[in-house]
Amino acid sequence: MNAPDTVALVPKDFKSDYKPVWCPGCGDYSVLSSITKALAALQLRPENVAVVSGIGCSSRIPAYTNCYGFHGVHGRSLAAATGLKAARPDLTVLVASGDGDGYSIGGNHFLHACRRNVDLTYIVMDNHVYGMTKGQPSPTTEPAWPSKLSPEGTGLREFHPLVIALAAGANFIARAFSGDPNGTAALLTEAIRYPGFSFVEILSPCVTFRPEQRAWKEAVRPTPVEPTDDPARAARRLITDDGFNIGVLYRGTRTPFGATARRGNAAPESLDAAFRFQEAS
Amino acid sequence: MTKAAPRRKPARKVAARKAPEQDAYADFMARAYAMELEAVERYAQFAEQMETFNNREVADLFRKLSHVESLHAKRILEEMNWPSLPALPPAFAWESDEAPETAPFDDMHYLMKPFHALEIALECEKRAVRYFESISKARVPERVLAAAREMAEEEREHVRLIEAWMERVPKPAADWDRDPDPPAITE
Repeated sequence: MNAPDTVALVPKDFKSDYKPVWCPGCGDYSVLSSITKALAALQLRPENVAVVSGIGCSSRIPAYTNCYGFHGVHGRSLAAATGLKAARPDLTVLVASGDGDGYSIGGNHFLHACRRNVDLTYIVMDNHVYGMTKGQPSPTTEPAWPSKLSPEGTGLREFHPLVIALAAGANFIARAFSGDPNGTAALLTEAIRYPGFSFVEILSPCVTFRPEQRAWKEAVRPTPVEPTDDPARAARRLITDDGFNIGVLYRGTRTPFGATARRGNAAPESLDAAFRFQEAS
Repeated sequence: MTKAAPRRKPARKVAARKAPEQDAYADFMARAYAMELEAVERYAQFAEQMETFNNREVADLFRKLSHVESLHAKRILEEMNWPSLPALPPAFAWESDEAPETAPFDDMHYLMKPFHALEIALECEKRAVRYFESISKARVPERVLAAAREMAEEEREHVRLIEAWMERVPKPAADWDRDPDPPAITE
């Protein structure tokens, strides 16, 4: 049910009636809270927002919001979201993903979404593990982390999402921590407002398969430097980044991609007519 | 053409701007109300989490805590007699990670005992005490100061009540989180 237009919306207005089934203690609860706080702060209408996701614990988020939602296929959330934004540029489109969905299965889409710079907000809940499938190493897992599948660790260096996002052309890059829901909400608010492809990595502990991540709250710290619009400076800062600096790293100046061939919001009937015309000719 | 009647000077608005002290007091109470609302909601979320994991005893306890906080919120509403709900501060306008009385999500565990839930509640009440104490030590209008002192005392009373409650529930065994069939097993 849509809220009346005149009433100021509060975070609760963006939550659905579905109860989250994440493990108690999971960072994703906080992320959901932050997303709803950000949407309330922006006073967006639920019917003007779409939340698109792939597969994994984090990708359950669309169902828990009151916005339009699309729970897509593994790693393809950005492809679906890009299509949606091109077709409906009036919508605010958030994309929710995890480190497995976003950086492994969807790694290629991540690169090209950064490069295209479509006006999307990409929220990746990073817990350095595949949680839904019971604790396998993901692209951001530390090389020496022992698991049942890799008792000696994977021995592979971690994927660095911020480096990749910067190199590939994302227009806004930030890192947040789920243990700071208000700080995360403020970052998300800025990311949603910022034109172009905004990438927000959120450290979101998996207390079931990585209980040691409860200590992240002691490890995170506000980034000691101001955001920059210079990719070279941002890159130099990332050289010494240990993954626990929280805040905005980069605010770029690229013009967002917009569909130029046929602007406008064609109604389904007119699209249908266009297709029929093509068929007839 | 008739001469236009001289324009009358508009009557002075009776309900002109409120006194700054009154504004500050209303803002303070709106913030206190928002704080209670967040606590109500968070405890309710915790209850839902525990219900999902069939931990009924702790779910019931969180429901009770949520209800208690809702009574506090209701009392603020009654005291202020606002004609409609006040404009609440932005959800992330607190200096802390969340509102002072809001429990963090990461203290939860699916096997937690009532004692753990009360530990969480105790920390929240202590944070609320510190919050109101910090206001009562700041340079604020007298009315806000008095309200902050009163609320700090109320929160101290809640601390005492929860400590007494904790005396009445069994302390968890050392292996309270042992699960013979833990979800962490890779099958």
